[in-house]
Amino acid sequence: MTTTATDAGDPAQPLLRLRGVTKTYPGRRGAAVTAVDGVDLDVAAGGIQAIVGYSGAGKSTLVRLVNALEPATSGSIVVDGVEVVGLPERRLRQVRLGIGMIFQQFNLFESRTVWGNLAYPLQVAGVGKAEQQRRISELLHFVGLPDKAHAHPRHLSGGQKQRVGIARALATSPKLLLADEATSALDPDTTQEVLELLKRVNAELGTTIVAITHEMDVVRTIADNVAVMEKGRVVESGPVYDVFSAPRQPVTRRFVRTVVDDEPDAAALAALRERHPGRLVKLELREDGPRQADVFGVLSRRQVPFALVYGGIEEVRGATFGNLTLALDGPSAEVDAALAELRDVVPLKELA
Amino acid sequence: MTTPSVLETRLGELWPDIWHATGETLVMVAWTMVLGGALGLLLGLALYLTRSRGLFANRVVSAVLNLLVNFFRPIPFIIFIAAVQPLAREVVGIGIGMRAAIFALILAAMFGIARIVEQSLVNVPPGVIEAARAMGASRLRIALTVLVPEALAPMILGYTFAFVAVIDMTAVAGLIAAGGIGNFAQVYGYRQYDTAVTWVCVLILVAMVQIVQVVGNLLANRILRR
Repeated sequence: MTTTATDAGDPAQPLLRLRGVTKTYPGRRGAAVTAVDGVDLDVAAGGIQAIVGYSGAGKSTLVRLVNALEPATSGSIVVDGVEVVGLPERRLRQVRLGIGMIFQQFNLFESRTVWGNLAYPLQVAGVGKAEQQRRISELLHFVGLPDKAHAHPRHLSGGQKQRVGIARALATSPKLLLADEATSALDPDTTQEVLELLKRVNAELGTTIVAITHEMDVVRTIADNVAVMEKGRVVESGPVYDVFSAPRQPVTRRFVRTVVDDEPDAAALAALRERHPGRLVKLELREDGPRQADVFGVLSRRQVPFALVYGGIEEVRGATFGNLTLALDGPSAEVDAALAELRDVVPLKELA
Repeated sequence: MTTPSVLETRLGELWPDIWHATGETLVMVAWTMVLGGALGLLLGLALYLTRSRGLFANRVVSAVLNLLVNFFRPIPFIIFIAAVQPLAREVVGIGIGMRAAIFALILAAMFGIARIVEQSLVNVPPGVIEAARAMGASRLRIALTVLVPEALAPMILGYTFAFVAVIDMTAVAGLIAAGGIGNFAQVYGYRQYDTAVTWVCVLILVAMVQIVQVVGNLLANRILRR
């Protein structure tokens, strides 16, 4: 499964290219556990790739294979032209200098000040003292914490900690930033703040981001492309709008439903039935589909009274789409005629 | 010879000897904490790093180190100091006296401190180590520049605990004629029924322990509060 390139970079040369990536752990009593199962994925340079899945889907393991914090069992992982699988530890350290990583629990060094935290990767990279100074000051300004240089992490709020985490991950100017549930420990306001910062990292520094998350809101806010993982496999992937507007897999539908209403489930449908005597139909409105005026125009012309009973219009990556469930009243002949005409205009599903 | 009454004491004439014995104890404790502390740190790091999922995970080394520590650590020091006498003769050239005692103290302290260091390191969040690895740091660099600093506060409290235990152990050093305030209390206080001398020695030991504990707590709190 491949995802198309976004704006920057040559689509023929993705920054990150996974082919048949598999990770198995020796399980108890000899039964091996497969955490990641034959994943193919391309991430274009300059893009933001989200990987979503429930806990245990293998997404956290997958991202750790990319910088080889854990070695892949088989397959190929090429980061910026370098094959990571099978690389000896010493060479891996070199590759890791070009890959930043941020974490759900921030993982800041409590024994160091903010300054000391940012200095660490620079010291590892062998950057000179003067250059360290310049770079740290630059990073602190970029993440908006110039006054916190000498604070210890324990005195920072969660959002500030993650901003330090981001600054630290960017210290060596990596081309790729791995974000492992970077906002999952933050409240909604702080989440937005950190997501805005990640967008800036991507837009202003051109850093490619691979973001692991179980929050669809994160995907909707920042990602260009999304891959959905289940039981170690990527079951669906593509541009965020496509996946959101037409989820194919049940797991994807469940995820999409957490941010945008799809069609009512059995319980919701039963409740709607009690309140609305008419027929229930679900319409799919898409950015490139019919205009709402055309859809509702048909119903008005046919003089079919209707009520909007479920769903809504959402905005994803600047494009709108909606899933609307309508209750149609009136004589069944009229309704049938209206539905027949509507079917030509818009994807429509009658809910039994 | 009649038994002296409680009120009869040679305390007045013994003061110079008491200070001398106190000095001997301080010398033994200092050597033990410096060398035993350093060796214990290394052994403790080795115990921690070779554990399964550790940075240098190695089943065999881990098993051997654990066996070694578990074998020597439970031996009461009064027996340990006698048992290592032959080894002391080989290494420091003499089986009795302060040098032999310091040798035994260093060994015993090393095994005890190793476990204390290991326990402190276990409490460092694994995510912090992961972050350092993700930055491309080598495993040795992580051990020395991340693990030890991150575990410093509990380690200082652990070393304070070990310090007090070592002061306690030096009291046994008299067994091989190494001197020290603990030995002085036994020889001139307990065996001479000179309660005043015994209690002066006790108070000196208590003062040492108190000073060490207060300083240790201060240091640890300072690190924890930053």
